[in-house]
Amino acid sequence: MSEMTYLRAISDGLRTEMRSDERVLLMGEDIGVFGGAFKVTDGFFDEFGAARVMDTPLAESAIIGTAIGAAVVGMRPVCEMQFADFIACGFDQLVNTAAKMYYRQDLPVNITVRLPSGGGFSGGPFHSQNPEAWFMHAPGIKVVAPSTAEDAKGLIIAAMRDPNPVVFMEHKHLYRRVKGEVPEGSYETPFKARVAREGDDLVVITYGAMVHTVLEATADLAGASVMVLDLRSLVPLDEQAILDAVRHCSKVVIVDEANYTCAAGAQVAALIAEHAFEDLDGPVTRVASPDCPIPFSPPLEAAVLPSVDRVREACRQLLEY
Amino acid sequence: MATRTLTGTGSTELPSGPATPADGEPAHLTPADRVGLLRAMLMMRAVESRAMNLYRQGKVPGSFYDGFGQEAVSVGAAWAMAAADRLCVLHRDLGAHMVRGVGPAAILSQYMGRAAGITNGRDGNVHFGDRRAGCVGMTSMLPDMMLVATGMAMAFKLRSEARCALTWFGDGSTSRGDFHEAMNWAGVQKLPVVFVLENNQFAYSTPTHLQYAVDPVERAAGYGFPGLRVDGNDVEAVFDAVRAARERAIAGGGPTLIEAVTMRMHGHGAHDDMKYVPKALVEEWRKKDPIDRQSARVAALGHDVDQLRADVRTEVEQATEVALAGPMPDPETATDRVFHPRDAPEILLDDGVAPWSGFHA
Repeated sequence: MSEMTYLRAISDGLRTEMRSDERVLLMGEDIGVFGGAFKVTDGFFDEFGAARVMDTPLAESAIIGTAIGAAVVGMRPVCEMQFADFIACGFDQLVNTAAKMYYRQDLPVNITVRLPSGGGFSGGPFHSQNPEAWFMHAPGIKVVAPSTAEDAKGLIIAAMRDPNPVVFMEHKHLYRRVKGEVPEGSYETPFKARVAREGDDLVVITYGAMVHTVLEATADLAGASVMVLDLRSLVPLDEQAILDAVRHCSKVVIVDEANYTCAAGAQVAALIAEHAFEDLDGPVTRVASPDCPIPFSPPLEAAVLPSVDRVREACRQLLEY
Repeated sequence: MATRTLTGTGSTELPSGPATPADGEPAHLTPADRVGLLRAMLMMRAVESRAMNLYRQGKVPGSFYDGFGQEAVSVGAAWAMAAADRLCVLHRDLGAHMVRGVGPAAILSQYMGRAAGITNGRDGNVHFGDRRAGCVGMTSMLPDMMLVATGMAMAFKLRSEARCALTWFGDGSTSRGDFHEAMNWAGVQKLPVVFVLENNQFAYSTPTHLQYAVDPVERAAGYGFPGLRVDGNDVEAVFDAVRAARERAIAGGGPTLIEAVTMRMHGHGAHDDMKYVPKALVEEWRKKDPIDRQSARVAALGHDVDQLRADVRTEVEQATEVALAGPMPDPETATDRVFHPRDAPEILLDDGVAPWSGFHA
């Protein structure tokens, strides 16, 4: 075990897998000599060379499309989108070509697409989005979103070994803010939810950066015992863990940093309404960003992203119900 | 045989190769190859004609798309590819699947949405690729496969393998960004990929003069590699252009853009009456039919073309019986195979059939 940041843990996972599997190939804009816009691949160019740490043209559709071609002839490409927002330019290749290849042609596409996502630092409308739900609605793509350093390493390794396209949501606001003990060597984190804190009175279901917001918001709620469930994987969604938590606590708050409509949390809410209605002792409560682009100016952005106070207030109201 | 026209500043890099004289022996094709090329084109036309008939009888769901009159482009190009090469095949290119070893019964089952179709009923018409033949089927978002083929070539180069990737795409495809992204990427990395632009004059109803201001073959030079134009209705000319481009790719010379000029003789799909195409244009191209052309050559070799046609007809009739007798897919399987199980054996593209005598010398 050694302590490292969330960002270093991603690097560690990539490096560990690249050392043991020569099929792994990193592709992206400015990831080679420069080490990536956020320095996730800092030092990789020197260790693995230009061929395996490929500086690509500025062309997201090409990054995903060529990765698909390389994958079906035996490589395991990991694509970095410089910002999650830029995946819009590669959307077609991911959603139409990669996601449906196995279903249509019995040909799995082992690619991992890293999406530095999320807001909280004045990135503005094109550097702050949480587009995970776009891919939840495209059958054939797995979507994972670690919240801790340990899970960041374990999930990136598991994503590379998964034979299907995996979208890896890495939250930029966690990169250097979150640190934790990370096991040495190679290990995988399952695509399953984890209980971030045990509790009995209410469960907050969330993932990614919001796990930390929620832990802070519920650390001291007038003595209430609050469970926090970190989904870790959105596709597949750990339905059993969600329903078990709801049955145990009877009250549920669902928190997304993403925009409210059709967010991952909306699916969680629908699941609970369908399968755990009788187990509820209060309305399913949601906290998410409102349906507007993520604004640039600090007071505007703070007004949009779910804050510790907003989550705390939502929990307080539901506990009093 | 049509003259090959080299264009663009990069053209000097292309090995010129011996031009094939009009009625002499082509340099790289044996008589058996020349018959084989004809047979593959006849099979493509016979299967598609039979399928059109099945469509009219209500046995092919959706619509039906064929490559009538364009058989030389897919057959000629696929003939030049080695077993370990990989192909991304377009919807007018049934002949490529057949050259690589996909049989007519599987194809007709595919058209009819049967369980034995290449996609087991998950996708329709020519939207298939048989991974066992080293082929990836198209998506409807053209030309997505240009990037997929470029990625295959990237892997070949990375692993220092003497292999080549090839993809077909149409004149309409040249307007989309993926055309640019693939051409640029392949040019920058000097990848072993052959781009075959199948210019059949119309993207659905849109003629080429509404698609581009400059013929796309001219653009190859802008990406740093040669572009050349061939008569897309001459199967031996298409073969020879792709053979030379493949050779160049394998030798590390990088990509080539080949524009095969042809004509879409039917509507975009079976539902399209093609009123927007001037009749005179169709008449003019009818005289250039690729199968008539190759038939004349094969007949001149002393081969019995009528017998060949009869054999093909019989084979397709038998395949039709097999396909019609096959069951529809089980509805219970509709949601299967969305994700490949983690611990199942790895599945990749396999080698296809490579009939060219040059690979068996």
